Amino acid sequence: MSTLTVDPAAAVAQTRPYAGVAETVEQTLAMAWRALKKMRRNPEQFFDVTIQPLLFTAMFAYIFGGAISGSVEAYLPLMIPGIVAQTVLTTCMATGVQLREDMDKGVFDRFKSLPMARVAPLAGPMVADVVRYLIAASLTFLTGIAMGYRPDGGVLGVLGAVLLAIFAGWSLAWAFTWIGTIARTARSVQGFSMALLFPLTFLSNAFVPVETLPGWLQTFVKINPVSHLVSATRDLANHAAVSAEVGWTVLAGLAVMAVFAPLAVRGYRRSL
Amino acid sequence: MTHRDHTTSTLAVEAAGLVKAFGDFRAVDGVDLEVRQGEIFGVLGPNGAGKTTMLRMLATLLPIDAGRARIFGVDVAADAHRVRQLIGVTGQYASVDEDLTATENLWLFGRLQGLRSADARATARRLLDQFGLQDAADRPLSQFSGGMRRRLDLAASLITRPPLIFLDEPTTGLDPRTRGQMWDTIRGLVGEGCTVLLTTQYLDEADQLADRIAVIDHGRKVAEGTPDALKESVGESTLQLGLAPGADDALARDVVRRVVGAEPTLTPESRRMNVPLDDAERAADVLIGLRQAGVPIASVSVAKPTLDEVFLALTGHDTGGPAEPPADDDAPLLEVAR
Repeated sequence: MSTLTVDPAAAVAQTRPYAGVAETVEQTLAMAWRALKKMRRNPEQFFDVTIQPLLFTAMFAYIFGGAISGSVEAYLPLMIPGIVAQTVLTTCMATGVQLREDMDKGVFDRFKSLPMARVAPLAGPMVADVVRYLIAASLTFLTGIAMGYRPDGGVLGVLGAVLLAIFAGWSLAWAFTWIGTIARTARSVQGFSMALLFPLTFLSNAFVPVETLPGWLQTFVKINPVSHLVSATRDLANHAAVSAEVGWTVLAGLAVMAVFAPLAVRGYRRSL
Repeated sequence: MTHRDHTTSTLAVEAAGLVKAFGDFRAVDGVDLEVRQGEIFGVLGPNGAGKTTMLRMLATLLPIDAGRARIFGVDVAADAHRVRQLIGVTGQYASVDEDLTATENLWLFGRLQGLRSADARATARRLLDQFGLQDAADRPLSQFSGGMRRRLDLAASLITRPPLIFLDEPTTGLDPRTRGQMWDTIRGLVGEGCTVLLTTQYLDEADQLADRIAVIDHGRKVAEGTPDALKESVGESTLQLGLAPGADDALARDVVRRVVGAEPTLTPESRRMNVPLDDAERAADVLIGLRQAGVPIASVSVAKPTLDEVFLALTGHDTGGPAEPPADDDAPLLEVAR
C-alpha cells in the first residue's frame, strides 16, 4: 500500500452530513449500471418481458377477438393497449420481487455501510428496468402489428403510447419497491403483488368494452387507474390524441410516486 | 455533532451502555467500549455472544436500542451518514456482489463513494495487486475460494482508506496459511494509522493481533485487558503429566506444590495430573523435582489455555459448544520438556 498514513482528524473534518443531489444521481446511476450488468449475465430475467407480450397478444386476440369485436382485426385496437398496460404492470411487479431477493444478499450489507443516499439502491434498479418496460411495450405493439394491427395514431402516437406505458409502469414500480422493502421474503412479495395486480388489470377496460359489464362493476372499472392508463394508451396509439385520460394517467403516476417513493426509502432504512 | 475536538486523544470508538434487544432476548446488554486510535481491539467470545450484533450497531447497520456510541467523536445514531464515511466494514459473510467480477465490485464501490470512473478503476487495480488478486481480477466470483473472497471483501473496505475498520471474524473458516496472510494484512493496516476493531472466537487470534481484548458473553462484557493479562487470569499454560504405573500420587502432588506453589488437578482413573503454570519455563522445574523425588512419568505436554478455559475461568461456564479452534491451535507448546 502507499505510504500515505491515515489521519482520522482530517477524515472527520471532511465528512458531509448527507448525500447531495449530484452524489445521489451518481450513486443511482452506479446502481443502475450494476442492475444492467446483472440483467446481461442473467438473461432469463427477460423471459417475462418477451414471452408474455408474444403469448398473451396472440392468445387473447384469437380467443376473445371474434366474441368481443366480431373479428381478430377489429379487436386488436381495443386489446393491444390493454396488453401493453398489463405487461408493463406485471413487469414492475418483478421490480419488487428482485429487490427483495437482492436485499437478502451479503452485498447489501456493504451498500448500507457506505455513505450512500438511501434512495440510490432502490432507484438504480428502477432506472435499469426502463429497458425492460421498453422491451415489453415495444414487443406488444410489434406483435400486434405483425397480426394486422394498424394503429391510426401513426409512429408518433405509438411512440407516445410506449412512453406513457413506461412512465406508468415506472411510477407504479415504486409501490412494489415499497412492498419489497417491507416484505419478509421474495415469495411473499410475489404473492401479494399478484393478488393486487390480477384484479386491477382484469377488472378494467383492458380487454372488454365497459358497457358490457354489470353496473356495480362499471363503477369500479371506471375509477380503476389501470382503465385510465388503457384509455390513454388507446387515445395515443389509435388517434394520436393527448386526451384528458393521458393527463389523468400522468397525474396518477406522479401521485403514486409521491406516496410510495418516500415510503420505500423509509422501508429500506428500517430494513437495516 | 458538537464534538469536534479532534485531538489524538479522541477515541476511535466510544460506546456506553449499548443495548440491542430482539423481542425478549437481549443480544447486547449494556456494553461499554473504548477503542483508542491506532490500536487493534479484539472482541472475543463464543458464537451467539453478541459480538456481531454489537459490531453491526457500531457500523450503523443496526439501530441502537439504548446507550450511545461515537466513532472519532461522531455520534453513530444521530450522524450515521458521517460515521459511514469514517468506517470500512468487512462482514462475516463476504459482502461483495456474486454476479460481478472482482474489478467490477471494487469499481462499483469506488463509484458509490464518489470516486471518478478512472480513479475507481485505478484504485481497484491497486487493491487487487496489493491483495494478490490481480490474476483473478476479471473472473466471476463464483470461481473464488473462501480466502480470495475474504481478501476481496477486505479490499472493498479500504477503497477510501477509512480510519476505522470493522472486521467480523476475519479468519473464520480460513486455512492456517491464509489466516497468517490475513493477520499480516491487518497488522499492515494499523501500520498506516488505521484503527481496527475485530471480533473473533479464537483466543489465539486475539492474542496474535490485538493490543487489547474485551471478552463478551451473553451480551455482556465479562473482562477486558491485554491478551497477557487475560491469559494470566487462567495461568499462562498447563503442564499435562501422565503418571507411570506405580507412581506415588501423593508424593507427586507434594512435589508440584513445593515447586510451583499451586495445586495440581488430579484424575486418578486416567492417572493424569494437570499443573497450572504462570510461566511455561517452570515445566522443567516440575519435571526435575519429580525425577529427584523418584516419581516415574509416562507422558508430558504443555498446552496454552484455550478460549474454553479462559471462559470457564471468567464466567464459570464453558463456551457452550465447540469453538472449532484452527488446526494448529491445540497443539502442545512443547511435547517433551528438555
